[in-house]
Amino acid sequence: MKILVTCKRVPDPDQKIRLQADSREIDSENLPYILNPFDAIAVEESLRIRETHGEPVEIVAIGIGVEECDKTLRTALAMGADRAVLIPWDSFLDPWNVSGILEKIIQRENPSLVLMGKQAVDGDSNQTGQMLAARLGWAQATFASRIEFQSGGKLKVERETDSGIETLGLNLPAIITADLRLNEPRYASLPSIMKARKKPIERIETSELGWAPDPKVEIINMSMPQTSRKKVRLTDISDLVARIKEALKTN
Amino acid sequence: MKILILGEYEKNGMKRATQSAIRFAQSIDPDAEIETIVIGWQMDSVIQDFKRWSNVLIADHESLAVPTADRYGRLLKTIVLERNADILLGATTTFCKDVLANAAGQLGGAMVGDIIGHDNRDGELLFQRPMYAGSVVATVRLIGTPKILTVRPSSYPPSAETGEIFTTTKMEIDAAVLPDLVRYEGLRSQSSSRPDVTEARVVVSGGRALKNSEDFETIVGGLADALCGATGSSRVLVDNGITPNELQVGQTGKIVAPDLYVALGISGAIQHLAGMKNSKTIIAINNDSEAPIFDVSDYGMVGDIYQIVPDLIKAFHAD
Ligand SMILES: Cc1cc2nc3c(=O)[nH]c(=O)nc-3n(C[C@H](O)[C@H](O)[C@H](O)COP(=O)(O)OP(=O)(O)OC[C@H]3O[C@@H](n4cnc5c(N)ncnc54)[C@H](O)[C@@H]3O)c2cc1C
Repeated sequence: MKILVTCKRVPDPDQKIRLQADSREIDSENLPYILNPFDAIAVEESLRIRETHGEPVEIVAIGIGVEECDKTLRTALAMGADRAVLIPWDSFLDPWNVSGILEKIIQRENPSLVLMGKQAVDGDSNQTGQMLAARLGWAQATFASRIEFQSGGKLKVERETDSGIETLGLNLPAIITADLRLNEPRYASLPSIMKARKKPIERIETSELGWAPDPKVEIINMSMPQTSRKKVRLTDISDLVARIKEALKTN
Repeated sequence: MKILILGEYEKNGMKRATQSAIRFAQSIDPDAEIETIVIGWQMDSVIQDFKRWSNVLIADHESLAVPTADRYGRLLKTIVLERNADILLGATTTFCKDVLANAAGQLGGAMVGDIIGHDNRDGELLFQRPMYAGSVVATVRLIGTPKILTVRPSSYPPSAETGEIFTTTKMEIDAAVLPDLVRYEGLRSQSSSRPDVTEARVVVSGGRALKNSEDFETIVGGLADALCGATGSSRVLVDNGITPNELQVGQTGKIVAPDLYVALGISGAIQHLAGMKNSKTIIAINNDSEAPIFDVSDYGMVGDIYQIVPDLIKAFHAD
């Protein structure tokens, strides 16, 4: 079985985001980047499937973006992915276009399972997996918190919804997007980081894939929302009670 | 303009989130032809309620009894094309994120999610949406039609009822043309007597300070009940199995904006703030006087929630 895992390079979510002077983009200077946390969960899940699956499993990590995505893919390789593919692209891509490139890669690689993060923590769109499933006509399971392989190539997936945990049964091929509770990603050990340096990262140009951009979303500008709060410190319970009552009275 | 809305319901009526989506549709074009789509099986009482808010398009069929993205997505694609709709939209909920993005993948991909504001610039719609866990708000435009949108319910008040009863149209469903890629095997939810965290006027949330579910129930649940509110939680408690996932507030959980949000033993990570920072009044109790949650709070008290909250509950019960 072949599993394809998507790996997006995103700013470290613990860092403060700033905008460039023209407010069109974030200021990426000195900003540390990491593998999107949800994609790390997807990579981890592919490794666990390989560890427990009866048959051999090949794991291919896919990155789309600037040259530095190389490092992001090395993270996936150090965790245990077998090889990686980088599609160089150096400007903004909306979910429709990312799913378009992934569709082309999938036609080339023929995986039976695609694992992705449910969202990337930069754009927070939460659309690419669904669009990809629609384009391919494959089974879709978003927000997965548990994946279980059953006999006969069947899968059972639990997904986190607003009203609780839903269970779906699916057949391969399928697109599954990972939620936080699916697993806790491992840290790569030093030897595996060394080993990952030797694993191949193939570069494929979009032109070779026969893909051309078809933008659907244009970002016109960005701003930093400001909230001003009173920030009053209270020490007496009676004051706290009074403030709560006041808040309940408004409107 | 023709706008279709993917409706959501519970037991007998429309969810508040859908009423917000209707309000949004009315506000982007007061002259729009609006139709709310209701999909499911045997929904008579639901339809009665939906008629109070807008025209209704009914897809009522056994083959649609459970909400799977493959079927609902395909059905929505067909409806949008048949009706020649300009916009298909819904609330930002897990249901709409799952189904509408799938439909968008079949309809050309002009989609923007989690809209918190909009403008009309020279006849062109511009949308505001948060990115980077809400640290940034981007203004975007969509290229192409139909446009697929999800709207953050807390940013648009529910549509007002006018007393009018709208018309309904029932669709013919041909189950044979619907895909059958997934089997729905059920939903496990922790039934709660408390209001839904996204709809309550008061939300009391607990964080890592809570050591187990009993303490969560006594401290967070106790205060929520005293204030007739809902309970919420940070990611940590869901990860630790202390609270169910549907209580998680934040970037990747639920987005709330109640009149009062009380954060108990929550540090105030950006991912948590993304889900509650637009609450009207925020009150935090935390034993670390430096906790970042105090920077986004109107009122803060430094101290142990295990000592403060029981006194607070007593004070409210004494009233
Ligand atoms: C990709 C990603 C997505 C995420 N999504 C979300 C999300 O949707 N929602 C979310 O909440 N988080 C999310 N997180 C996690 C987030 O980064 C924080 O780790 C989390 O919010 C911290 O939870 P906490 O405040 O409960 O715990 P902590 O940060 O550990 O804070 C606990 C606080 O409790 C205080 N405390 C301890 N004991 C007491 C006591 N007895 N009395 C009073 N105060 C006490 C401490 O001083 C501390 O401030 C996400 C993280 C990532 C990487």
